This record gives sequence, C-alpha cells and structure tokens, in this order.
Amino acid sequence: MSELLVRMEQIEKSFPGVQALSGCEFELRRGEVHALVGENGAGKSTMMKILSGVCQRDGGTLLYKGREVNFPNPKAAQEAGISMIHQELSLIPDLTVAQNIFIGREPRLKFPLFTSDAEINREARKLLGELGVDIDPRTVVSRLTVAIQQMVEIAKALSFQSEVLIMDEPTAALTDSEIRELFIVIDNLRRAGKGVIYISHRMDELKRIADRITVMRDGRYIGTLPAAEAEIGQIISMMVGREWNAQERRRQPAASGRGEVPALEVRNLSRGNVLKNISFSLHRGEIVGVAGLMGAGRTELARAVFGADPHDGGEIRVNGRKVAIRSPHEAVRHGIAYLSEDRKRYGCVTDLPVAANIGLPSCRRFSRYSFWVNDRAMEEAAAGMVERLRIKTPGIHQVVKFLSGGNQQKVVIGKWLVRNCDILIFDEPTRGIDVGAKNEIYKLMEELAEQGKAILMISSELPEILRLSHRILVMREGEMTAELDGASADQETIMKYATLSPAFGPAEQEEGKG
Amino acid sequence: MKNRWSSGGALQQLLAFASLVVLVAVFSLLSPNFFQFSNITGILLSTAVIGVLALGVTFVIITGGIDLSIGTVMTLCSVMTGVFITFWGLPIWVGVIGGIVFGGLCGWLCGMMVARLNIPPFIATLAMMMVAKGLALVISGTRPIYFTDVPGFTRISLGSVTGAIIPGFDIPNAVLIFFLMAIIGGILLSRTIVGRYNFAIGSNEEATRLSGVNVRFWKVVIYTITGLFTGVAGVLMASRLNSAQPALGQGYELEAIAAVVIGGTSLSGGKGTIVGTVIGALIMSVLTNGLRILSVPQEWQTVVVGAVIILAVCADMARRRKGAGAHA
Repeated sequence: MSELLVRMEQIEKSFPGVQALSGCEFELRRGEVHALVGENGAGKSTMMKILSGVCQRDGGTLLYKGREVNFPNPKAAQEAGISMIHQELSLIPDLTVAQNIFIGREPRLKFPLFTSDAEINREARKLLGELGVDIDPRTVVSRLTVAIQQMVEIAKALSFQSEVLIMDEPTAALTDSEIRELFIVIDNLRRAGKGVIYISHRMDELKRIADRITVMRDGRYIGTLPAAEAEIGQIISMMVGREWNAQERRRQPAASGRGEVPALEVRNLSRGNVLKNISFSLHRGEIVGVAGLMGAGRTELARAVFGADPHDGGEIRVNGRKVAIRSPHEAVRHGIAYLSEDRKRYGCVTDLPVAANIGLPSCRRFSRYSFWVNDRAMEEAAAGMVERLRIKTPGIHQVVKFLSGGNQQKVVIGKWLVRNCDILIFDEPTRGIDVGAKNEIYKLMEELAEQGKAILMISSELPEILRLSHRILVMREGEMTAELDGASADQETIMKYATLSPAFGPAEQEEGKG
Repeated sequence: MKNRWSSGGALQQLLAFASLVVLVAVFSLLSPNFFQFSNITGILLSTAVIGVLALGVTFVIITGGIDLSIGTVMTLCSVMTGVFITFWGLPIWVGVIGGIVFGGLCGWLCGMMVARLNIPPFIATLAMMMVAKGLALVISGTRPIYFTDVPGFTRISLGSVTGAIIPGFDIPNAVLIFFLMAIIGGILLSRTIVGRYNFAIGSNEEATRLSGVNVRFWKVVIYTITGLFTGVAGVLMASRLNSAQPALGQGYELEAIAAVVIGGTSLSGGKGTIVGTVIGALIMSVLTNGLRILSVPQEWQTVVVGAVIILAVCADMARRRKGAGAHA
C-alpha cells in the first residue's frame, strides 16, 4: 500500500449549541481518490475545514505525512501542501489565467511594484501542461467556462506543490463531457501520486472516480468501503440510517380535498437550468413534502411559485384557475404564502415589533380607505395570533429580533394566517429551531392542514418529511425525480431518487445527454 | 405622535433637542441680541425652505435611499411657478399648485428610475439634479423671473396670518407653512399605510417584498411625496425672493440631508422621525445665526456646521452599537 498522506482520528468539533463532529475518522493515501459522502449537515464540510485550516478541531489527532500537525489558518495548510478547490470558484474574473495562479506571489523585478507577465505565463503553461489542459495562460478568466476555471483552480493548487487536493462538489455545475475531462485530470493527479478528497452528492459518479468511499452521518463516522465493491444501495442506507421512529409516521390520509380541484397546480414550470419542467398538484388539507439535497432546486421552486424569482415557462393554477404570478405581491393576492428558510433576511423585518410583522401583509385590511392605519384592529389581530400560536413574547410591541428562532417562525406563520392565505409554502420550517419548538411547529402544521390549508413543505430532514407528508416529491438538480406516497415511503427510497438520475444508469445517461 | 413602527431613535431625538436648547441658551448668554422676537422669527424664516426640503427627503432617506435632486428641482419648481404666473398669466393659486405638482412629477420620475429601472438612488437623483439644473436655466433663459407685476405673491411667505389675527405677533407665513408641512409629514409617516411601508422597506426591503407588499409601487409613491415637498419649498423660495433665481439651489440638497442626519434619521434606512428633522433643521439655522451674531466669519460657520454633522453621526453610531450589544 502507498504512503499515508492524511490520517484524522477521533476528531471532535462543536459550535455553540451543536456538536458538529464526534469521533470522526478519515484517511487518505498517496495516489488515491477518496470520496466523502453524507447528507446535508452530515459534517463533511466541517471535516474538510479542519483539514484545510479554516477551523480548529476541539479534540482528536490530525496526522499529515505521519506527523501530528495543527494548521492555525488556511495559509498554513496550503503551505504544507493541502489545497481546497472551492465550490464557488475564487478566481478574479478580470485577471488572466496566469495572473490568477500567481496572485499574491508575483515574481518581483529589480524595480519594485512591477511584475513580469512573461515569467508567470511560462510557469503557468508548464503547470497546465502537466495537468493535460490546453489553454492559453494569457486568457482572461471571465471568458472561460466554469469547467476550465476549475482546471485553473487545480493548476493554482498544484503551483503550491500541493499533495492533497480537496474538491467540494466539483461536478455540480459541469456538463457531462466536461465531467469526463475533469475525470481525466483527476486520473492524472492520481498517477502523479497526489491525494484527492472528493465530496459529491452524485452516487453514480463515485464508483467511476473514487478508490474508497467514506460515509458520514450526523457528525459521525459511519464507515469506509472500497468503491469497487460498494453497492449504491448500501452507501445510501449508511447515509440515511438516522434514528427514526416509524410510529411517528402520519397514518391518516389527507382529511379532505383529494379528488377535488387542487388548491395549487403547477405544470411544466421552468427556469433556466435551475428548474426543469416541474409539475405537481397540492390539495386542501394536504401536506406535501419536497425532499432533495442541497442544490436540487427546492427553494428555487418555492420562490418561482411565489413570484419572488421569475420563471420562463409553464403555468400555475390556483383553485383550477390559471394565474399570472410575476411578484410576491400577486402571489399573496391569490392566497399563496411563503415562509423562507432564512427567517432573519427574508422572513421577518427583525427591527420591527411583533404586531408590525404580523400586520405587514394585511395593512390594507387594517385601514380606512387603504390610507389611515387602524392600529387597534391590527394590534388585536396580532394579539390573537400570539395567543393562538402560543408565541412566547413579552408583548406585541416587542421587537422581533429579540425572540427565539421558533417564535420568530411563528410570527411569520402568524402574518400569513392573518392575511388569510390558504396555500402555505414552508421552506425548512424548523431550521435552527430547538427540538421542543420543532414539535410545536409540526403540530401547528398538522392543525393547519386539518383546517383545510394546503401545505407544501421543503425539508432537508428526512424524518421530518416522513413524519408530516401525505405525499413526497423528490427533486434532483432541478428535476422532479419521484412522487412517493407518504405512508409507504422510506428514507432509502427518497435518498435513491435524490442522488440518482431517473434512468439509474450512469453510463447510458451520460451518452444520452451528451 | 408616537410611531409604533419605528423602534429606537427616541434617545437620539432627545439628544438633538437637548443640543438645540443648549445652543439657544449659550447664544442668548453670549449675545443680548440673540433671544429677541425679531431674531427668532428671522431664524425660523431662514429655516423654512431648507426645513421643508429636509422634511420631504426624510421619507426617501427612511427607505434607505437618497435624493440629491431636491436642491435643483426646488429651483426648477420656482422657475415653473414663475413661468405659470408671469409668462402665462395664470392666477397665483394655479401657479402655486402647478409648481408643487411639478415637483411631484420630478419626484415620480426619480422613483420610476429607482424602482422600475433599478438605478441606484444616488445615481438616478444625481442625474435628475443635473437635468433640473439645466432645465431651470434653459426655461428661464438664464435670467431671474421677477414677480413684481404680481402683488401678493411675496405675501405667501413673507405676509403673516398670525399678525392679522393677533396684532404684533408677526410670524411669517413661510414659518407657518413649514410647521404645517411638518404636521402633514408627521401624520403621513405615523398614521398611514405609506408611512408603515416606508419603515418596513427601510428596515428590510426584501422581507417586505416577500410579505406581498408591492415595494416598487410604494417606492415611487415615496419619491413622489419627497418631490411634492420639494415643490412647496420651491414656491416658498420664489415667494420669499419675489423672483425665481435659476442659478440658486445647488447645495441646498446637502444642507437638507445634513438636517435630516442631525435629527437622528439613519442614512441606512428604517429609522427616523419628522420631529427629529425639524429639530435638525433648527439646529443648523440657530448655529449659523448665532455664529453670525457673534461675528464669526462665514467661512468658519461652515466648518462648525460640518463638525456638528460629524458629532451627530458619531452619536448615532454609538447608540446603534449599544443597541447591537444588547441584542447579542
């Protein structure tokens, strides 16, 4: 076996309020591509941040080339030979390829402040040649495709004499032929004796590129498999094996609504590359869960339906009638409400009091001639909501930023209930909320469905989806890959559709698309 | 006039008011000529035009925007009033209303540029400032338009309704109009939907949009309100000088914005009051007047006003840091 480059043992890391990693293991050998997989929030990124010096471990050992090391910052890690290729590329668009590779380390001429482009171009050409990439180092980066920019990032990493390259979802934005080229480059790196850590959501890629696969879940190390022998189903069940009590699953079918005209119907909704022909329907009294991994297009779907982002194809029907929704203002008029995953930025106006936030969408209703605000009516409605939703606040005049996350979320729910919206889109309704408050939000959502509201719920937590949904829609890369029955679905099935293309055949799919 | 949608700001306002009182007290001690009825009405009269401009721009500033065009648009409104009354021979009241509406139109245009074309407010209103400056010169033929043939026009600002009722109590109409506009502004800001949306947009525009508020429409409305106030200032200006001076006006916008800032309205939006703006405008003219009475050279007066603006902003930031500290 080849030399061990990295060995991480018993890694511990906690952030205020969460244990991000406990007892995590990982190792990387020379000439190896080692894939790291897991759901959103499994701890992959935190592991890699510790390795690349972005944050420090609380406990455990990090061995690099056999010696225990401690990287206080990314620069130290980079100098030691560990480079991260970021998901969002960090090149400067207006500089050339060579200038980007050598930024901050330009060779100095005798006269200060001047640098030699000729020299860095020569060096850059050599690096790119080693990678097998044919581009002119004098090209301005903004004119290159994302795929080529990624190659430049890799070349930049190699210019630091890197031995370990961490690639975070390198294929997320690439076409199939570009992925093939990237894989050739990765193969070259493997042959050159580098170690590559490969983070990806795409199961079908792993078997083609990885030598070993390590699975993480909920901040824990689950196991490592040789890629050649691993079954995709086996990997998925390792990823999702989260504790989940089947007793919690909802048994009753939706109280009403089935068979009638759907409250919301979306047909062939498209938006550029982000949403591809999405169709689904949502009935009164029903909770439909939307599952998928990060970047699957779930939030984009919610925002398009709500008019927060434009869509460029397809139609939306509310109660059977076709409607034009070009702005949130129009969506709300048709009774559609959206609870954002990012409460503080998009959910509430945190500097305003509870009453103002609850009343904001309904100002016209609480006014005379749509001009004079009737504070008393608005405050009564707000006080009613505070009581009905059991919002914990010293009073309706309390500024929202002083409330806890769960109570802020209730304020957002309250404002839509006061506005009488019947179609509620919840985007990660329990993100950043403690367990007790989570259960309250679940109960509230169930009550609302029983009262005849139609609820679309986006969530990254499969137990949450399984507990609440009557039906489950699964998305992957802007496409709807499955519609499952809430009563019979399980985590493995959902994860299968969330990670694999509908064809479930990596090779055929590649050819078919190219 | 308690505004339930604007948290904080009370301390800053109190501070501003206290500074005003201290200033008045200090100047009264230093010079016996300061605290005289005629000097006080003089101060108020010199506050009126800048004050009305400042009241108007308070609205836009609370949305987190800015309007740099108010100075020259005010001049353009003066010129248009002159055109309506002396060139076209329209009745005074038509000319006055025409001037005010013209201001609203300019504001509406700025609002459309900002809300529909997404041009940053600084740039859109900077362009408007230059357009209005040029138009005022073109339309007037670069010469002042005098209202000497229209007796009564100057009474709009220099006459005194109170003097007619209570002899001897001659507060110029311009001052009364300033206070009337302040009351209108205060009511708009604290009692109406426009005011509520104004604060909501300034605090978090995206969350307000995602609450189903038609943010684009209301921003246009708010810029139009600022424009209408500017129109009123233009008429006041013309009436006070008994002429429309096409070369005046530039620089007024910055004084008005300074008054707003001294009054505790945050340039980052979401916070501000009309009372604060009134106090801010008064502080500026009390300073200028007091320093003049103490024979401080004019060059030094501007230096002092500049220093006061820095102080006001520092006080505002200190307050906000404290607020942020309490939050964390």
